[in-house]
Amino acid sequence: MGRGAKALGCEFLRRLWRNRLAVSGFGLLAVVLAAALLADVLSPHDPLTMIVKERMLAPSAQHLMGTDNFGRDIFSRVLHGARLSLGVGSGVMLSTVGVGVLFGLLSGYSPRLDGPIMRVMDAMMAFPAILFGIAIMAVLGPKTFNVVIALSVVYAPRTVRIVRASVLAIRQLDYIEAVRAQAAGHLRIMFRHILPNCLSPLVVQATFNFAYAVLAEASLSFVGAGAPPPTPSWGNILSEGRIYMQTASWITIFPGLAIAITVLGLNLAGDGLRDVLDPRMKT
Amino acid sequence: MTVYVIRRLLGILPVLILVALGSFLLVHLVPGDPAMVMLGNDATPQQIQALKTQMGLDRSLPEQFALWGRQVLRGNLGESFFLGRPVTQSLMERLPATLQLALLSLVFSLLIGIPAGILAAVRQNTKWDQLIMITAMGGISIPSFWLGLFLILVFSVQLGWLPSGGYAPLWDDFWGGLRILVLPSISLGFMQAALIARMTRSSMLEVLRQDYVRTAKAKGLDWWRVTLRHALKNAMIPVITTIGTAFGVLLGGAVIVEIVFTYPGLGRLVVLAVQRRDYPLVQGALLLASVIYVLVNLAVDLLYGVFDPRIKYE
Repeated sequence: MGRGAKALGCEFLRRLWRNRLAVSGFGLLAVVLAAALLADVLSPHDPLTMIVKERMLAPSAQHLMGTDNFGRDIFSRVLHGARLSLGVGSGVMLSTVGVGVLFGLLSGYSPRLDGPIMRVMDAMMAFPAILFGIAIMAVLGPKTFNVVIALSVVYAPRTVRIVRASVLAIRQLDYIEAVRAQAAGHLRIMFRHILPNCLSPLVVQATFNFAYAVLAEASLSFVGAGAPPPTPSWGNILSEGRIYMQTASWITIFPGLAIAITVLGLNLAGDGLRDVLDPRMKT
Repeated sequence: MTVYVIRRLLGILPVLILVALGSFLLVHLVPGDPAMVMLGNDATPQQIQALKTQMGLDRSLPEQFALWGRQVLRGNLGESFFLGRPVTQSLMERLPATLQLALLSLVFSLLIGIPAGILAAVRQNTKWDQLIMITAMGGISIPSFWLGLFLILVFSVQLGWLPSGGYAPLWDDFWGGLRILVLPSISLGFMQAALIARMTRSSMLEVLRQDYVRTAKAKGLDWWRVTLRHALKNAMIPVITTIGTAFGVLLGGAVIVEIVFTYPGLGRLVVLAVQRRDYPLVQGALLLASVIYVLVNLAVDLLYGVFDPRIKYE
């Protein structure tokens, strides 16, 4: 079992390395991750310090991305904003995967639970995503952790559906019948035999959930329903720079580029993973 | 087909009930006493108790939901804390503006996305395909509010071609209203156009590989007939099913774009309500938007039944 899994893992990594989309995507993500992790080291200035005499300076050697209306260095704020975005994105990704696996497995495996779970998921998906996120933030209050909760609630249903679809397909297969005939318990069948075969679409969906979460977090911050100031977030940097578009467009250009690069990287990685993990490509 | 319609109509009832329950419970998740939240910290215990009795807040949760549900079915979504007027009235004044924006964005995304996807599919692996797919990849990565800000900077401020804000209902002033809606619709619809282009390309490629298309080509039919008459209709089926989802995304995304363009729709109202902790307004907006989304999806499901003959004869 161990050697087989190791061989499969090596084969997967080889295929991934040969896929241009995946390599480009993960390459961009590596840059953003490095920026986030090394923000304290790479930032030439404190992202929160306001220097009034350095307000609205254009990009220069001293301030690579210029300064904002409070004299804060945009480059430092963008680097620290990466921490928030990647933190929220990974939090949402992990929690949607957890919820998706739990409820997707239950729903796909048990016909009795399938109906009620799917009706609840349908209702949750009926709430327009950003509006739902804003409403939950209104209730929970402006904290970064609450952004993770809000977006996890918004994006969990689609993961549940993906896992459920895989479980429904796998449940019918002969080897599951064989395992059942050996009097294996339900939990063992679900987690030991069904779940490993659901990982491919789950991994792809998790990557896309990360992308949705980064965009949604930026959107929530843009309208003031995200992480509270002065915590630098790409969305709130953009929002503060909005009224200075004509005179200081750099305040909006750079955080916007950061969002676009991160989401592009995630989408490329997701597409690449889908190409590699899609069984049709393997034949 | 009748069975299909009835089944779909019955299918949305539990979803609508759960949507209503979700909206109702949302306000009850607010930390602290709801009556105290509404009246503020200066409220006396007598005032709090009076409001609780008036709103049924001293009853059990199922009773409160039943009471609230009956009011909602009568069109009463409560009263806004800050505006001091019925929530239904405030929402209905703003709803037409948001619907116009969402619908026009949907039209834009279909008009751009579908032809782009078809072109990419029939010119697979050529420069056209690569250009369209790269643009589509960019489109799904660029935030709508960032795109909106740049469209304003270029087309309103620098070129002066289009207005950066305002509102004129299309039924009062069609061309004036359309001019105002161009930039917000592009900002909002661009990402959906990109998604639709990708899906159309994928679906067309799948259909163009089918045996019946090969047969049509072997029979000597010209490119137009093969692609548009035989392949396109079947390729559109998965695209149509996503129109409902796309509308929901656009309805939610309109919230953000309305802020960028100071467009007087539901979005700006909701954002102000959030800042003021005006929970009845937030709750009402969420419920209204969700119900509209469910009904649009139902309409799309029924339309899907028209397009796919296999459904008609189920």
